[in-house]
This record gives sequence, structure tokens and C-alpha cells, in this order.
Amino acid sequence: MKRVAYYKGCSLEGLATEYDRSTRLVCEAFGIELVEIHDWNCCGSSPAHSYDPLLSSALAGRNLAIAADQGCDVVMTPCPGCLKSLKGAQETCEDPSKRKAFVDLVGRDVDGMKTISLLQLLYEEVGPEAIKKAVKRPLSGHVLIPYYGCLLTRPADRAKFDDPENPISLDRLIEATGATAPDFPFKTECCGATYGVTRNEFVGRLSGRILDMASQLGGEAIVVACPLCQQNLDMRQDQINKFAKRDFHLPVPYISQVIGLSLGISPKKLGLDKLCVSPDVLLEDRAGDEKRVQEQAG
Amino acid sequence: MERNNILSVQQSRDSDFIREVEEASGQNVSKCYQCGNCMASCVYTFAYDYPVTQIMRLIQLGQRDTVLSSRSIWLCANCQACTTRCPNNIDVAQVMEALRIMTRQADTVSQPDIQAFYDEFLRSVKTFGRVFETGLLPVYNMRVKKPFTDFDLAPRLLKKGKITFFPALVKNRKKIAEIFEVTKRECFSKAGKARPEPLSSKTDT
Repeated sequence: MKRVAYYKGCSLEGLATEYDRSTRLVCEAFGIELVEIHDWNCCGSSPAHSYDPLLSSALAGRNLAIAADQGCDVVMTPCPGCLKSLKGAQETCEDPSKRKAFVDLVGRDVDGMKTISLLQLLYEEVGPEAIKKAVKRPLSGHVLIPYYGCLLTRPADRAKFDDPENPISLDRLIEATGATAPDFPFKTECCGATYGVTRNEFVGRLSGRILDMASQLGGEAIVVACPLCQQNLDMRQDQINKFAKRDFHLPVPYISQVIGLSLGISPKKLGLDKLCVSPDVLLEDRAGDEKRVQEQAG
Repeated sequence: MERNNILSVQQSRDSDFIREVEEASGQNVSKCYQCGNCMASCVYTFAYDYPVTQIMRLIQLGQRDTVLSSRSIWLCANCQACTTRCPNNIDVAQVMEALRIMTRQADTVSQPDIQAFYDEFLRSVKTFGRVFETGLLPVYNMRVKKPFTDFDLAPRLLKKGKITFFPALVKNRKKIAEIFEVTKRECFSKAGKARPEPLSSKTDT
């Protein structure tokens, strides 16, 4: 069994509890032991980074240090915002000009630690083939849009995973569940990020474009791996509709929920009822009439 | 905000500025040859006063005041599109980040409400060790005097059981407070002057 330190981050304790729940269930199903980082704290996210890089690195670094003390050398986080901060902390520790300040503040070095996203864990450690074999309830006949958001694979030299411009890991994972993942041109376009509260119209405009493109491609749902993207696209979908004078009704499940569904885990356990836009369309069993759907798609 | 007068560029040139930005960001801004890839990639250009390509040029021209009072710096979401596409491998998003920090030091933050949101976020981290989402929004709303921001979301989130009423507390909050204290002190010495408190109420609009 692979042992991985788990940094869930503040979102997964609040508005994204279903991401936490489904992540744990899917990891358990594939024999990955998640070791929750003891007494973890917020990584500081963009606010810390825009105040002082050392504040950001020290806040995030404390978590890496605790994970190291717990005997883990891989830290997994489902949140791309946290991922960026944790990787930034690692870089600070390895930078000779900043190392002393970091170690003084955090209490130890974090050399040799590796931080990865849930997406990377599922793609590299589990892999699409293993998922395909474990599928009990194929999602065949469903068209699911893979949306990565801006931070999962960028900046490339920090993320060190997949392609920064045209990532494919999420596409492959969706396909492993039996569903169809169309080539999505807005894979890495920004959804409006943290401006949901302060500049709501930005989210209306940017997330509106993403919803529009997804529906043009015949998507029934947008699959995400970021709690911020999920909140903008799902929780704010009514606001977006109001802003863009549209009538989108696209559920936005997490990749862990989609994989969980295909493994036969109950929708309730995966927290599908927590999504704002009802994901009931995903529960329709179309495995039998896949051919008909293919014909419809032309 | 007044647009930069191109004829007065020479008079308003501050040759220390480019060095300061390069030092703070760790990027070689001089390498920018104005291809415009960053601007073309940026989804926020519609809201900017100076597109990011022009910000880069204005830094090269030492236009400190124009750059540090620009709206663009605080509307950049740090989405990394510019950094990903720069043919000279300049981490443009990092340059924007360094500028944001410099505006805090120079006290010329152009979007005080966004800064207020960030500050309230940090206050939440400083107080609890984690961000308390339910508490953050009303405090921010009061501070910027827009009490009903996102009020429309509340009924649904309540129904979905997504609103938590108590913050999750980190046990070792002493350590968190220490991190805030020490980094504040470090910044003081770096800026060479008293730095505005991150959590002051000065930015109330």
C-alpha cells in the first residue's frame, strides 16, 4: 500500500467537503493510504504570496515539515492553489539565498519532499489502465468536459506534470471511466479565480465562456480538479446566467466523484448531492445504448 | 487615473526602478522585446488600464509612478498564461506579483477592496490558522460597505450544509503568529522603511 501525506487545505473543509470525501474513497479503493498532516494550517494562498514570498513559503512549509516528521516523502493535495504554495515552499528551502530564513522559521528543512496534485497521483500512481479494470458501472454514453483550470499544470517548471498548454491526464482519466472526453479548447483558461467575491462580473465573463464552450461541445458536465474552479462554475452558475443572460445548467463534479461513480461507490457517499447544479444526469445508465449515442453524435 | 504622457518619459525616468523590480521578482525584465504574447494570453486585458506588455515596457522605461499606480497590477489573477507563453522565459506573473508587493510598500494599491479581501483572508489565517470561509465574507462585506455581496448564495449553501458556523482551529497558533511576526519584520528591513500593516483598516473605502 502506498503511503502519502494528505494536505486537504481549507476549501476541502468548507465549501468543497465532497471533494475531500470522494478523494478519500477513491484513494482507499486503489490501496493508497492517506496520512492527514497533523495540525495542518492554511497555505496562505494568493493573499500571502502578494504580501510577502517568505510568509507564503513559511506557512506552506510548516505543513511539509510536519509531513516529513510523520515519515512521508510525498505530499498530495487536491487543491491546485495549495499545490502552488507547497511547491513554492520547497523551492524556497532549496534556494541557497533563502534557505536559512526558511529553516529558521519553519524549524527544519524539507529536502527531498515531493508535492503532487490528486490528479497527478491518480494519473501516475493509479493510472487510467487500473481504473479501467476497476470500473463496475461504466459511464459510457456520457460526454464529460475535462477542465483543468490555470494552476494544475502551470507554471511548467514548478508543476513538473503533464503539458502546460494542452494537458491530457484528466482526459485520460475521464475516458477510463467509459465516458467520452471531447477535446476542450479552454482546458487551461482562467475561470476568474479569487475574484468571485470582489469582481463578480469577471467570473460571469470568464466562467461564462467556459460554460458556453462546454455546452457547444455537447458536454453534459464539466469535470474539474480544483475547488475554486468548481465554486465559480457550479455555485456561481446562477450568477453567471444572470450576468450573461444565459440559461446554463451544467453540473460540475470533481474527478474523484466521477471515478468514484464508475467504481460503483454510492452517489450519496461521494457527496454528489452537495453540488449546486444537480448531477443526476450522470446517474443515467447508458452503458447499454452506447451505440445510439454515438449515432446521435454523428 | 492619468495616462502616461509619452513625451515626458525621459523626465519621469527612474533608472533604479527596473533594478528594483528585477531584484524583487528575480526576473530579467530587460529581456522583454515586446512580442505581445503575454497580452494576447491574458484574459484580464479587458479590465486593465495598461496591458501587461505595456507594463513590461514601462518598467524598462523606469516609469515607477505609472506602473505602481496601475490598475492592472491588482487585477492580475496570477493565472500563469503569460509566464507559460513568454518566448524569453520571463516569469511575467512573478513580475506582477513583485509589483503588487511594491505597491503595498509604496502605499499605492490601486484596488483597495481587493487588498481588503486579501487582508481579511490573512487575518483569518493569523487568527485561526486556517481560513474560515463563513466568517471571511461578512467581515469583508462590512469593511468595503457592500453588505449583501453573495447574499444570494446563502439559502442554497445552507440547504446543502456547506456553511460552517465555527472555525477550525489550528492547535499550534503560536507558531502561525510567529511566522506572521517574523516575516513582517523581515519586510520592514527589506523595504528600508515602515511598511503599512497588512491587517490595518487603512484601505477602507
